[in-house]
Amino acid sequence: MTVSDTVHDTRDVGPAASGGGAVGSHPVRRRHRRRLTGSTFTPWLFLLPALLIFAVFKYLPMAEGVRLSLYRVRPFLGDLWVGLDNYARILGDERFRAAIGHTLVLAVGQTLGSMVIGFALALLLEGHAKSLWFVRSAVFLPVVAATAVIGEIWRLLFFPAPEGFVNSALSLVGLGPWTFLDSPDTSLASVVFVGIWKGAPYDMVLILAGLAGIDRRQYEASAIDGASTAQRVRHITLPALRPVITILLTLASIRGLRVFTEVYVLTGGGPAGSTDVWMTRVFTVAFERDEIGVASAGSVLLFLVTFALTVVVQVHRRRKEAG
Amino acid sequence: MSIAEECDTALGWSTGRGARLGKGIRILLSAGAVLLFAGPLVTVFSGAFDHNPDPTRLSLLPDRPSMVNFTEAGDKGVWGYLANSLIIAGGALLLQLAVSVFAAYALARKKFRGQAAVLLLILTTMMLPEEVIAIPLSLVIGDLPLLHVSLKGTLLGVILPLGAWGFSIFVMTEFMKEIPVELEEAAKVDGAGELRIFAQIILPLVRPALGVVAVFGFTMVWEQYLLPLIVADDPSDYTLTVALLSLRSDQEVGPGIVLAGALLALVPSLLVYLSLQKSFLRGITTGAIKG
Repeated sequence: MTVSDTVHDTRDVGPAASGGGAVGSHPVRRRHRRRLTGSTFTPWLFLLPALLIFAVFKYLPMAEGVRLSLYRVRPFLGDLWVGLDNYARILGDERFRAAIGHTLVLAVGQTLGSMVIGFALALLLEGHAKSLWFVRSAVFLPVVAATAVIGEIWRLLFFPAPEGFVNSALSLVGLGPWTFLDSPDTSLASVVFVGIWKGAPYDMVLILAGLAGIDRRQYEASAIDGASTAQRVRHITLPALRPVITILLTLASIRGLRVFTEVYVLTGGGPAGSTDVWMTRVFTVAFERDEIGVASAGSVLLFLVTFALTVVVQVHRRRKEAG
Repeated sequence: MSIAEECDTALGWSTGRGARLGKGIRILLSAGAVLLFAGPLVTVFSGAFDHNPDPTRLSLLPDRPSMVNFTEAGDKGVWGYLANSLIIAGGALLLQLAVSVFAAYALARKKFRGQAAVLLLILTTMMLPEEVIAIPLSLVIGDLPLLHVSLKGTLLGVILPLGAWGFSIFVMTEFMKEIPVELEEAAKVDGAGELRIFAQIILPLVRPALGVVAVFGFTMVWEQYLLPLIVADDPSDYTLTVALLSLRSDQEVGPGIVLAGALLALVPSLLVYLSLQKSFLRGITTGAIKG
């Protein structure tokens, strides 16, 4: 850092210092000009593509979303200012409130489920053996596959008849047959299951990274003290993993709130709205009922909740680190 | 067994006490995990190559191996969807790589007024869930500002919004900060210009980072669902992942054909992951911890 500071400083000073000197000599003047542009314009030139794309496809839509949420959007007739009416309408909508409830169940279930299973997988598969590496790679595959593909696979595996793939497997251990995605009683739990199936291996990788960072001497010390494996996990492993777990909880809960593809592909929000979530509801309101203003209000609310969640976690983390 | 060996893992798998029993349990549980997490993906392979399986007859091995699902899926336009997906993936990935390498060069190697603000703007986009802006984004794509051109129904309409990604700019910037300034200085003394320094000094040195960013960029682009869905004007604009749902809703189409499509959508991700696994795992840990 200090090296780069001094280098940049000399470069900034350069043109001014050499400016008065050898004005007549050609090479110096060329270098002089390059240095001038180099210090002011060049960074912006390099940043231009990124800033342009962000401005048009991120910030403009964000501002546009906030604006639209305050209007009744009428194509060709002109938008009508309605103030916070769209917010009142979407929050007053029973189906939307139910969707928020499902979103929370889904977010909490997927987050905690992935964490617990991911932790178990990490404990099981920790180690350097080649065979373990192979098992880890295989277990990780669901993370790599696109959500839409996973949705199609599980729709088929969850086939609700007794002859369905999962039901046949369950019957081997004397369970089932279950209806999975096809009945309002089991649909949300099935969606949570698929979320955990895709989420747990991801958590596993991060927890494995955390496990690798634990000082082995702590384990040795506990072994000498005669601590049992359970005690060792509880008093050494878990505390050491706390930072990783915090990160995972934050990432996963935010991801859980904005869930769309899984639900859209697996159930489309059904049956009977039993798996409708925040974003599928917004999507339906926008593109099937054509109420862009109301849907935008729903989106803005989701953003505010996500934002608040992020800020709370960050502040909490900072305070913990400081205290 | 020494204590050091015993302490290799949290659960002390290689421990002397009951090691053999522990090993047996571990093998059994590992096999179960592989079956649970990789098994469902294997059924895609067997189902796609199985002649006309009904959904109740999925299995880990095909019953009557055949390619008929792929020919029928071809009749339903699957190759067109695959082409859309591949063009979008290639185009968006190239754009993303170029954009983030340029931006990271400015952020990591330069000092300028407003740098902190730019960094904040980019970090904010990482916090902003894409889903939240989907609706206004579809309006923007339908009527680009100033140009008043509609990108609806074009592949470019999917590619451009994916062209800049906070994550890859961020990872790239972190990597570029590591390059010693002396290299750049030496090149400058030799009279190398800005572009030459960028192309001949910086770029070759960040090649490992390019791997990480490319793997994640590909996965991110391939994962896109809502964006291609809202940009599409007509089902023929769909990407393969989006088309799977409409394939399934088609009454004439059996699960074998859907699985053939699912397999085609799965294979590119698997290839990328298996060939660049190290970059992948490294990116997950850096991305999550720093981002």
